[in-house]
Amino acid sequence: LVYIAASTMGYTRFVEVGRVCLVNYGPDSGRLCVIVDIVDANKALVEGPRSVTGVARQIIPFKRLSLTDLKCDIQKGARDQEVAAALEGADIIAKWESTSWAKKLAAKKKRSNLSDFDRFKVMIARKQKSRIVAAKMAELR
Amino acid sequence: PKEKAPPVLPWRDGSPPAMPKEAKTQQPRFYPADDLPAPKEKAVQNLTKLRESITPGTVLILLAGHFRGKRVVFLKQLSSGLLLISGPFEVNGVPLKRVNQSYVIATRTKVDLPALPIGSIDDDYFAREAEEAQGEEGDRFFSGGAKATSTTSEKRKADQKAVDKLLVDAVGKVEMLEAYLQAKFSLSKGDKPHEMIF
Repeated sequence: LVYIAASTMGYTRFVEVGRVCLVNYGPDSGRLCVIVDIVDANKALVEGPRSVTGVARQIIPFKRLSLTDLKCDIQKGARDQEVAAALEGADIIAKWESTSWAKKLAAKKKRSNLSDFDRFKVMIARKQKSRIVAAKMAELR
Repeated sequence: PKEKAPPVLPWRDGSPPAMPKEAKTQQPRFYPADDLPAPKEKAVQNLTKLRESITPGTVLILLAGHFRGKRVVFLKQLSSGLLLISGPFEVNGVPLKRVNQSYVIATRTKVDLPALPIGSIDDDYFAREAEEAQGEEGDRFFSGGAKATSTTSEKRKADQKAVDKLLVDAVGKVEMLEAYLQAKFSLSKGDKPHEMIF
């Protein structure tokens, strides 16, 4: 565990056992995982667990991970049941879903899956919104 | 001369070997002097394969022709393979029309179609009407190039109305669908058609 105050070092997200990360490249990209052990300067052993986030236990380079602010309390080399229990105990998934980072990712995904009809409805909605805003602005002036 | 009897060959046990019996095959009585070429397999004409994404009621985006960019409703596939579509006419001005699959984007939006009176409509419905007998060629040149203005036949108008009555009802059931069909599709800056889901 790292007990360095944020004031001494600007960094707050450390690579450590229990750090929750987002996989940003590869077949598991977009999924959360937990660092279970550190292999060397470039790689870590990581686990979803698979039943919770879909990431299997694997060695993954740090280049493919984006560290989050979230951390859970596990022992080095913990099994998938222990990791799952720790995630549930700290309610990590719910905390992650409530971050603006996760919300932005979800919005991006939703936007990319819109059909032509959906895009039309969005266009109408934006026009209606800007009308309301413009009317209000004119009123305030 | 008399037919000679088969030669009797001396054999060990004294009996002659049995003559091989000729196989009695069914020979046709007559056959052609030259070999005929083997008949080729007749090519099977199947109906043009309809894209899986196109089912009755699918909203299509027309990509070519006078109505390019318009969103229309697919009704059925005709026996020539072309698609029968309707705007509906009241909504966006596209009549009962034939369209080729290749010039169409199929969207995911589907209209819940009721039973429509289009069973009798096939390719011959759209056949060009025979022109009235023209005068002599000279007449045509001297008439100042006046052409007979083409008007829609009453039959077409009646059929259109019959189909659209039910179609517009079906379209009206979905919120904003009528406005969607009225709007034209176009690409704008930043649009990546290969990444867009239609």
